[in-house]
Amino acid sequence: MKNMTVKVLLAVLALALGAFALTGCGKDGDVIKIGFNLELTGDIPKVGEASKFAAEMLKEDINAKGGLEVGGKKYKLEFVYQDNEAKAESAVNAALKLITQDNVVAIIGPNSSKQAIPAGGACNDNQTPMVSPWSTNPDTTKDRPWVFRAAFLDPFQGPVAANFAAKQFGAKTSAVLFDIANDYSKGLAEIFKTEWEKKSGAGTVVAFESHGTKDQDFSAQLTKIVAAKPDFIFVPDNYNQVALIIKQARDLGYKGPFMGSDAWGSAELMTLCGKECIGQFFSTHYAAAGAQGATKEFIDRYNEKYKYVPDDVAALTWDATRLVLQAIQEAGKVEKDIKTERKIVRDALANIKEFAGITGTMKFHGTGDPDKCAVVVQISPEGKFEFKESVCP
Amino acid sequence: MEFFQHVLNALQFGSFYALIALGYTLVYGVLRLINFAHGDIFMVGAYIAYFVAIMLLGADGVAAGAGLSPGLTLAITVPVTMILTSLVGVTLERTMYRPLRRKGADRLYVVITALMAGLILENGNLALLGASRKSFPELLQKVVWTFGGVSVTNLKVIVIVAAVVVFGLLQFIVTRTKIGMAMRGISYDKFAIPLMGIPLDTIIVFTFILGSSMAGLAGILFAMSYPILEPYMGALIGWKAFIAAVVGGIGDIRGAIVGGFLLGFIEIGVVAVFPSTLRDLFAFSVLLGILWLKPTGLFGVAKTTKI
Repeated sequence: MKNMTVKVLLAVLALALGAFALTGCGKDGDVIKIGFNLELTGDIPKVGEASKFAAEMLKEDINAKGGLEVGGKKYKLEFVYQDNEAKAESAVNAALKLITQDNVVAIIGPNSSKQAIPAGGACNDNQTPMVSPWSTNPDTTKDRPWVFRAAFLDPFQGPVAANFAAKQFGAKTSAVLFDIANDYSKGLAEIFKTEWEKKSGAGTVVAFESHGTKDQDFSAQLTKIVAAKPDFIFVPDNYNQVALIIKQARDLGYKGPFMGSDAWGSAELMTLCGKECIGQFFSTHYAAAGAQGATKEFIDRYNEKYKYVPDDVAALTWDATRLVLQAIQEAGKVEKDIKTERKIVRDALANIKEFAGITGTMKFHGTGDPDKCAVVVQISPEGKFEFKESVCP
Repeated sequence: MEFFQHVLNALQFGSFYALIALGYTLVYGVLRLINFAHGDIFMVGAYIAYFVAIMLLGADGVAAGAGLSPGLTLAITVPVTMILTSLVGVTLERTMYRPLRRKGADRLYVVITALMAGLILENGNLALLGASRKSFPELLQKVVWTFGGVSVTNLKVIVIVAAVVVFGLLQFIVTRTKIGMAMRGISYDKFAIPLMGIPLDTIIVFTFILGSSMAGLAGILFAMSYPILEPYMGALIGWKAFIAAVVGGIGDIRGAIVGGFLLGFIEIGVVAVFPSTLRDLFAFSVLLGILWLKPTGLFGVAKTTKI
């Protein structure tokens, strides 16, 4: 019996060691490795999926042409995907794994600020360039020379949402419901509140309520909000919670409009929310309906390949990845030593002043944050996100 | 008026805690086993309800759908889900808890096994169905009644009534029937009961059937009220319901129902009065206070028969 136990233990140990040994293999001189730190499971799986799909499409494009040309030589691209489970602590682990085990040149993601802020810290400390496609919270890149992003910032998005709602609904008062455990949601809610009170006077945000990430019942918060009789409710929340919040608000007799933020813009919003979301507005990075040029080409190809219209995070991942690839090319050569290579890629990234992305032109000023336009879309009866207004800084 | 709205909200959410807490308390009362997988059995119940409903409705691109009306679908979904969910509960008992019991393992090991069983259910679901959420179809034509500023949906009423009816039914089974007497007997002395000719395993299986089918019922009602399903939906509500059962006095059916509603009222009440940020902090401080004053829970009696 005792012998048996020892044997089993040894076998397990051998297997585990074997697994470690395997990860060390597969080094190839003519390959450029880029890591992706994505929300493949957890609260917002559709976001991670869209990112991965967009990245795969880009990789196939470039590898089909023989690879990425840097300094006259072609390098095949290899993308390594790590799941951060939409958790802050897992995002740091995923980033560290990509940096130390997979030896990637740069990291794309995480998307959501909740994950991007801690992962950005890890990348900055380990001197690895990181580009977050979707994170809008200022803290992601703040005082972090190694961290960049492809999205606009919440201090810009908050006023866009406030101004649009004031004009569209003729609103004097507003209410806010946000996720206290999510940096993105909390940050944007506070920016919105400051902005709205600056516009309409103190006390015009008549209810400012929060909830937890795993909550499914919002009836207490919504009862308070409905009793305060706001002209509209601002909900800077992830799409999965939006679906529940709107349904429950209607159950409690609320008849007014909602205003949302870019975290609404997932392809999965309409499957979860259904007819209750029709007619609502939210601010976002691009409008798929009515796009033109390179943006339309991207949307059509994505739609053909994966059978649904890509959401903003897919388009932003496309831009973020291209941004990194351009930096690798502009660095002029690929260094053998991964640390030096990361350094020259970061410097090249920091040197990019203007980048024409499919989500609009981005202008960088050395902070890692782009200036770019935001759009406000309305959800049409067919469940499409239709362009209403574009606001530029 | 806002006050009555909060009371209704609390009754509804308390009902879910109560229904799940009943399952914890039944199993604990008979086996002295904290079945930590119970929250995940609730999650499995919601998923079973989803698949049964989709099959019957023929919605969401399921070709084999029978195309029944939503009302009929609901009428069939409820019993089928309860039966299938209780099968899941019984399967856990047969494959995980019973073998350990046979080998005379300490209770601690069985509790750890239950924790693992819960994680296996969660992650098995994740592996099988993927991370993307399921949207539960609308089976009940929603009606919103408004009385002077208080809104209540027909579903809310059904949920509250269901919790009360289930409580009455379980109380009747445990205190008034022969099988209930056997359950109380096992709780009293697990070794003497088989000597009286009472089949121990059958009674335990029956307990799991009761507890799991209630979790299945809670799963359907929850999925109808909050129609977004995900693999981890059972974890948090399961823990909270467990705490509710302990505060009520685990092992006592009245305790589960009172504890469940109490937690619902405290949670909603805190949000109604204080900033919503403080909800869990206040809610659990209050519960801690109750346990501090009465460590065995509201209805719990130290070291005597439970259930």
